Amino acid sequence: MTERPDGVLRAWTSCGDEIIDVSPAAARGVLQWLRDTPGQEFNYLVDLTAVDYRDPERPLEVVYNLRSLHRRADLRVKVPLDKSQPLVVDSVVDLWKGADWLEREVYDMFGVTFRGHPDLRRILMWDTYAEGHPLRKDFPLRGHFTRAEQTRQALAANPEAHYSLEELSLAEAYAELPEDVRKRLAAGQRGFVP
Amino acid sequence: MELTRPPEESSPPPAEIAGVSPNFITTKLDFLVNWARSNSLWPMPFGTACCAIEFMATAAGRFDLARFGMERMSFSPRQADVFICAGRVPFKLAPVLRRIWDQMPQPKWCISMGACASSGGIFDTYSMVQGIDTVVPVDVYVPGCPPRPEGLIYGIMLLQKKIKGETLADSSLRQEYLLDERGLFLPPDKIDEISEPFGNSVHQTRSA
Repeated sequence: MTERPDGVLRAWTSCGDEIIDVSPAAARGVLQWLRDTPGQEFNYLVDLTAVDYRDPERPLEVVYNLRSLHRRADLRVKVPLDKSQPLVVDSVVDLWKGADWLEREVYDMFGVTFRGHPDLRRILMWDTYAEGHPLRKDFPLRGHFTRAEQTRQALAANPEAHYSLEELSLAEAYAELPEDVRKRLAAGQRGFVP
Repeated sequence: MELTRPPEESSPPPAEIAGVSPNFITTKLDFLVNWARSNSLWPMPFGTACCAIEFMATAAGRFDLARFGMERMSFSPRQADVFICAGRVPFKLAPVLRRIWDQMPQPKWCISMGACASSGGIFDTYSMVQGIDTVVPVDVYVPGCPPRPEGLIYGIMLLQKKIKGETLADSSLRQEYLLDERGLFLPPDKIDEISEPFGNSVHQTRSA
């Protein structure tokens, strides 16, 4: 894949930073092209985040900051998502493994769904958080619920339930664990001895 | 562990002495017990932010918390007397804080150290507990952002003064404020009232 891919909407420079806007459908293809093509070789994903602008007409942008480590070049890739449509973009976890938690954070804070992500769950807020996506501009600063309801929901949470086997890096060692530990993990109990 | 408020009739006075009007024996016993308790407070430090740095300074040599019988930081709630919440508490940490408080045996006291623990401070946002008194009962609030070690020591001395005024005859002092069937230990409207924005944060919300 050496042909320059379609889908680049605009290429521009701001404050000395090179930026390209890419359509959502082409985003993954362009990012893969940038990573794999000789002469580009953006092999390091510095950051993956999103921006919701106060102007409701402006699209929400998913931002990829790329760096080519040996070329010492930076590139910012912006993917505008129309807010009247479902916010969906293809996942890049298989291109840069470090995108895993970054995409989960963008999903948690902005509600962008990353198609093909292996484990798209909330990462900062707890799994049962029901108020929405806090960094969206239509989200009130203090949240949707009353403070009493927020406190009630927070106190009802089970602090041990936030960690999966994968996060605890136990998945591979699971078979070697003692019987009682395996039983506890299977029952969803973590962090204390019954 | 299911924690709910026990029925009223099944909670007898904790000691034989409860319910007795103060007399010579009980007041002298109170003096002895309170003297011992107030001078051997073991803190359970719950440091979540910059207040914890000041707390560490308070515990270190220059300010020397050991002078107040707080030689030993109790990192197990089972052996702690005073819960010191030093720093901001997000809602995600609220059940952890509540569980540590529930695990502490009586007698126990709570110091809310700093603006964030006492009121939410500058963090009047969707993710922050607006004062830990919505989660656990608090005895002493220490203002400051963060309080200087002298401020915390003053708060601790106030708590010692409070302990010296306690009496064994008053069983309500040792009451456990457990979560009720609503999952809160205060009425919801009380929590809303405590969490009301105040000062500059009244006008800080631009969206909504």
